[in-house]
Amino acid sequence: MSESRRSDDRPAAFISEYGKPLPHPSPISRPFWEAARRHELTLQRCAACGKFIYYPRPRCPHCFSDRLEWKPVSGRGTVYSYTVARYSPTPAFKELPFVLAIVELEEGPRMTTNIVAPPEQVRIGMPVTVAFEDATPECTLVKFKPA
Amino acid sequence: MSLKRKAAAIGIGEVRPFREPGDETALSLMAKVSAEAIADAGLEKKDIDGVLNAVPFADPAGFYPASFCEMIGVEPRMLDIVDIGGAIGTGMFWRAAAAIDAGMCRAVLCVGGDLNRSSGMPFPWISLEREFEWPYGYIAPTLGYAMIAQRHMHEYGTTSEQLAKIAVDQRTNALQNPLARFNDRPLTIDEVMNSRVLADPLHIFDIVSPQCGASAFVVVSPEIARRSKHPPVWLLGAGEASDHSVISYAPSVTTSCVKPAAEAAFKMAGVTPADMDMVEPYDCFTITVLVTLEDAGFCKKGQGGPFVMEHDLTYAGDLPCNTHGGQLSFGQAGFAGGMSHVTEGIRQLMGRGEGRQVKNASLAYVNGNGGVMSEQCSIILERQS
Repeated sequence: MSESRRSDDRPAAFISEYGKPLPHPSPISRPFWEAARRHELTLQRCAACGKFIYYPRPRCPHCFSDRLEWKPVSGRGTVYSYTVARYSPTPAFKELPFVLAIVELEEGPRMTTNIVAPPEQVRIGMPVTVAFEDATPECTLVKFKPA
Repeated sequence: MSLKRKAAAIGIGEVRPFREPGDETALSLMAKVSAEAIADAGLEKKDIDGVLNAVPFADPAGFYPASFCEMIGVEPRMLDIVDIGGAIGTGMFWRAAAAIDAGMCRAVLCVGGDLNRSSGMPFPWISLEREFEWPYGYIAPTLGYAMIAQRHMHEYGTTSEQLAKIAVDQRTNALQNPLARFNDRPLTIDEVMNSRVLADPLHIFDIVSPQCGASAFVVVSPEIARRSKHPPVWLLGAGEASDHSVISYAPSVTTSCVKPAAEAAFKMAGVTPADMDMVEPYDCFTITVLVTLEDAGFCKKGQGGPFVMEHDLTYAGDLPCNTHGGQLSFGQAGFAGGMSHVTEGIRQLMGRGEGRQVKNASLAYVNGNGGVMSEQCSIILERQS
């Protein structure tokens, strides 16, 4: 599932060493991924309506304001739902099983992520905390572990 | 403004879904079912003045309708693609009716066909999914529906056995459908529950099998419909809604926008769920059927599990559901998959349901669902007595 056309200037090794798909930050999302690389979780917060937002947007999806600010957040949340993938959705994901989850952050938004824990430990409602995974020297993924 | 009885379907075309494409392409399959649907409607190719296409996974491209029309030799006065996933079929029906009602055209060919593999051209997924979903392995819809099922079980106590009942009853329907891909033997609840789990809590029989295939139907003006050789199947109501693309960002994981889509369709039609003689809800997974029946108002929210156990969903039952077998037993031909629910609704209301004909059927609820409960389009079809 690696991509043949890349819109940035990173070396080709960026994809091939890791072997799984990695984010290609856009101008809008770059602060999120740069913070993740520093092992900080930051979200956009709308200065007009006060709501936190995930994933990064060009405008607030609630009130449509463009006054969005980056704010550090707690990194705490709960498992809203999850599944244990026991097959490879693409050949790149061959380490099975893995836990795909929707985590509801303390600040409100939900995120698609992985729970880094034995699958049998994962439950809906379980408190989790952010666990940064340095996929490559350039890219850190935002995963979660039991709190 | 209403589309009630402003247009009717008078012809269908369909191939039996199959696994190995051989020499077939998405375009060749679409040409085949188009010819069949136009002939079935008693029309000639020159009578077709509107075309709605689904762009196949197997051959994604822009400018699709003009290329398709050029290939089959049609010069339409209205042409477009419908790009709402499994809601394409129901979405095409009302768009055809709207174009006819607006006087833009009189006979619309709605057609989709797909293969279960790529022809080499990668499907153009949006950058948002590649950036925020794929890195975590959320690449397949199966994982999204598994998270819906997991949460539904958590909130309402839904069980794997209840989900299995849907697959089993639909298989009973498929046994009477010569076009169904899986019509050779019945399924049992035990067999479904003992089958391999691909993504907790979904078993392999809770999940569609990708096939090659194609479906088409022809929607025409009332004037043409009244001369039809088959009983015309009228559009009585339609409603459409979307409240997310990726399930993680949906307002609710367990309550879908089938609700507003179905409410709008029933309101336009002036009927209620209790009036329906059959339902053809899009079924990429068993949980999809359960959530759709709840949100369309066939039972209370959260009661879908007990509801499917208490009702006989076979063609001879008290709530015939996916009488062609559903995609679970008929087969899912990519973006054409959701058209099979529409062709089956039309077929049944025309009285051409063969061994699975629902007796005295005059009203059908058909729902199309795209993405992971992302796009919903409900329609009510009617055979006038």
